[in-house]
Amino acid sequence: MTALTLSKALNEGLRKALEDDPKVIVMGEDVGKLGGVFRVTDGLQKDFGESRVVDTPLAESGIVGTAIGLALRGYRPVCEIQFDGFVFPAFDQIVSQLAKMRLRSLGRVSVPVVIRIPFGGGIGAVEHHSESPEALFVHTAGLRVVACSGPADAYTMIQQSIRCDDPVIFFEPKRRYWDKEEVDTGSGLDAALPLEAARTVAAGDDVTLLAYGPMVRTCAEAAVAAREDGRSLDVIDLRSLSPLDLGTIVASARRTGRCVIVHEAPVTGGIGAEIAARVTEECFYQLEAPVLRVGGFSTPYPPSRLEEHYLPDLDRVLDAVDRTFAY
Amino acid sequence: MTVDADGAVTAPGPGSLDGQPGPRAELIQLLTPEGERVEHPDYPLDLTTDQIKSLYRDLVLVRRIDTEAIALQRQGELGIWASLLGQEAAQVGSARALGPRDMAFPTYREHGVAWCRGLDPVKLLELFRGVSHGGWDPAEHHFHLYTIVIGAQTLHATGYAMGIQRDGQVGESGEAVIAYFGDGATSQGDVNEAFIWASVFNAPVVFFCQNNQWAISEPLERQSRIPLYQRARGFGFPGIQVDGNDVFGCLAVTRKALQAAREGQGPTLIEAYTYRMGAHTTTDDPTRYRLASELEAWKLKDPVERVKAFLVRTGSADAAFFDGIDEEAAQIGRHIRKACLEMPDPAPLAIFENVYTEPTALLRAEREQYAAYLDSFVSEEAR
Repeated sequence: MTALTLSKALNEGLRKALEDDPKVIVMGEDVGKLGGVFRVTDGLQKDFGESRVVDTPLAESGIVGTAIGLALRGYRPVCEIQFDGFVFPAFDQIVSQLAKMRLRSLGRVSVPVVIRIPFGGGIGAVEHHSESPEALFVHTAGLRVVACSGPADAYTMIQQSIRCDDPVIFFEPKRRYWDKEEVDTGSGLDAALPLEAARTVAAGDDVTLLAYGPMVRTCAEAAVAAREDGRSLDVIDLRSLSPLDLGTIVASARRTGRCVIVHEAPVTGGIGAEIAARVTEECFYQLEAPVLRVGGFSTPYPPSRLEEHYLPDLDRVLDAVDRTFAY
Repeated sequence: MTVDADGAVTAPGPGSLDGQPGPRAELIQLLTPEGERVEHPDYPLDLTTDQIKSLYRDLVLVRRIDTEAIALQRQGELGIWASLLGQEAAQVGSARALGPRDMAFPTYREHGVAWCRGLDPVKLLELFRGVSHGGWDPAEHHFHLYTIVIGAQTLHATGYAMGIQRDGQVGESGEAVIAYFGDGATSQGDVNEAFIWASVFNAPVVFFCQNNQWAISEPLERQSRIPLYQRARGFGFPGIQVDGNDVFGCLAVTRKALQAAREGQGPTLIEAYTYRMGAHTTTDDPTRYRLASELEAWKLKDPVERVKAFLVRTGSADAAFFDGIDEEAAQIGRHIRKACLEMPDPAPLAIFENVYTEPTALLRAEREQYAAYLDSFVSEEAR
C-alpha cells in the first residue's frame, strides 16, 4: 500500500495497463512530453515510446476517430480529452460511430476504446473547463460510462476500463486529482470490485445518498456532519453511470425510505432524474418522501466567481436531507 | 471580380488559380470515352486481354446489381437505395488495385468496391431493406462496414493505417488502407482531420475521393473553389486527379498510390473525376436542381461503354463474350431479387442484441418485459 494522489493513481494504472498489454496505446493532446495538463500521463512516453504514448494533433474528433481505427486493427486506445467542454467536437465519433459499431456489425466488431475526460468544476477555470456532460453519454446505448471518485478506485477502474471490450467513457473528478489515499498497487484486478458495481462509502439507515465523481467526498463529509444531528446516511458511490447498479441503489432506498441524489451536472435530464424514476418504480411503497436531487441549476456553467453557488456543497446536501424528513 | 448578364457575381480565384474546381489539364486518362488507349509516362499499365475482360465483367455486373436494387426499391422491397450509376469505373478500378490484405473503408455507395472485395451483394440489400445496419464481418473481406455519416470513416481508415505502422507492416510487401468518400465530404471536419493525421504520422492510407459533382443538390462549386486534388498540397502530400470514368486510369493511379503507402511514403489524395448519373438516393429528384443536358453530356463518357468500345475496337472480344457477360448479369439480378424477397425480418427481440459484449442487467430486464408483453398477445389469440 502506498499513498497516491488520484492523478498519480491513474498514472500508475495506465502504466500497469501499458506493461500488461502491448496493444494499449495512450493518445491525446499534450499527453507525451508534458505528461498531460493534469500530469496523469507523466513519464509514460519516456518509458513506452512515442508510438504507444502519442501526442496527437489538436482535434478531438480526430483523436476519437483514429482511436476507433486503431481499435479496429486490434489496439486498445486510451484517449485523453483535455477538458470536459472539449469533448463535443468528438461527439459524432463517440455517439454515432464508437457506440454503434458493435451493433452495426451484428457483434462481429469490438471497439475497446477508453475516453478519459477530466470533469466538473471547483477549480476557478474559464468557460468550458468545468462541465459535467456525463448524462449525454449515459443516454447513448453502446457506451459504458464510469466515474472514479478517489485514488484506489481510479487505479483499478482505469485498468478494468481498458480491459473492457465495450467502449468506456471514463470521467475523472478534476478537482480531486490531488486528493490522496492508500492504494494497493500490488494486488491484481481479480480482487477488485467489478466495474459496474456501486460501492457503499458510509453505511447508514435514515437516508440513501447517491453520488459519483467529485460529489462522493462532499457526501461522505455530509454523512459525518449529519451524524451530529443524529441522522445516519447511507452514502453510495455509483461509480458506474451506465449501466447503473440498480440492485445496490434499490436495496438501500427500500431500507431507508428516503433517497437523495447529488451531482454537479444540471438536474434537468440528468442522472438524478433517471435514478429518481427507477427508485420510484421499484420502491414506491417503501418511500417516505419524494426522491430529491441536488445538482447544478438548469443554466450553463457560470463564471467561476459564482461557481460556489452553482456547485452542490455540504450545506445544500444536508438541506436536501432535511427536506426528505418534511413529508 | 466579374458580374455577368444575369447579375451573378463571380469572384476570381486566389493566385494563379481560376477559382473553379473542375477538371485540369493534368487529369490522368488511359482510356478515352471513345475507347482509345492512351499512354501516360507516370502510369504505365500493362493488362492482358483477360484482365481487361475481367474488369469489363466487373463493371457490367456491378451496374446490374445497382439496376436490380433500384427496381427492388421501386417495388417496395428496399427502404432506400443509393445508386452508383456512373461511378462503376472509379470503384472497380480502385478496388481492383487493392491487395488481399489491404483494407477498404467505404461510404454507403461503394457497391462496386464491395463486389470486388467479394462481399455478396445480398448483404448490401440487408442494410437498405432495414434488416440490419450492415452486419458483415469487415475482417473477412477486408472491407469495413458502410458508414453513413459523411466523412467519419476517413478517420477510422487513418487510425487503422496507424495500426499497420505499429504492427511493422510497412514495407515493400506491406499493407495499405483506402478511404472512400465524395466531394461533399471534403467539406467535413473529419476528412480534413484525417488528412492532417495521415500527413503528420505518414500513415499508409490512400484517400480516394469520388468527385461525382453533386452532394445531393449541391454542386461542387458549393464545396470548393479549387480542384479537390489540389487540397492535398496544403496538407503536405500528393494529390492526383484521374478520369473517374476510366477504369484503367483509376486502377493505375490507385495501384501506384497504394504501393507508395505500403512502402512508407505516406498518403495520397486521388480525386476521381466522375458523375453521379442517377439520383442521390431513390428518395431524391435531381430534375429539381440540375439540367438534363448535363446528364446527356456525361452519358457520352460512360465508364462501361468505353471498355466495351476498346474490346470491340481491338478485336479482343466477340459477341459470344458480351452475351455471356449479359447472361451472368441476368443471373446475378435474379439471385439478389430472390434473396431479397426471401429475406426474413429479424426477430423482435434481436433489438436487444449486440449493444454490449454481454447484455446489461437493464437490457435483460427490458428484453424480458417486452417478450412477456409480446407473449400476452399470443396467449390472448390462443384463448
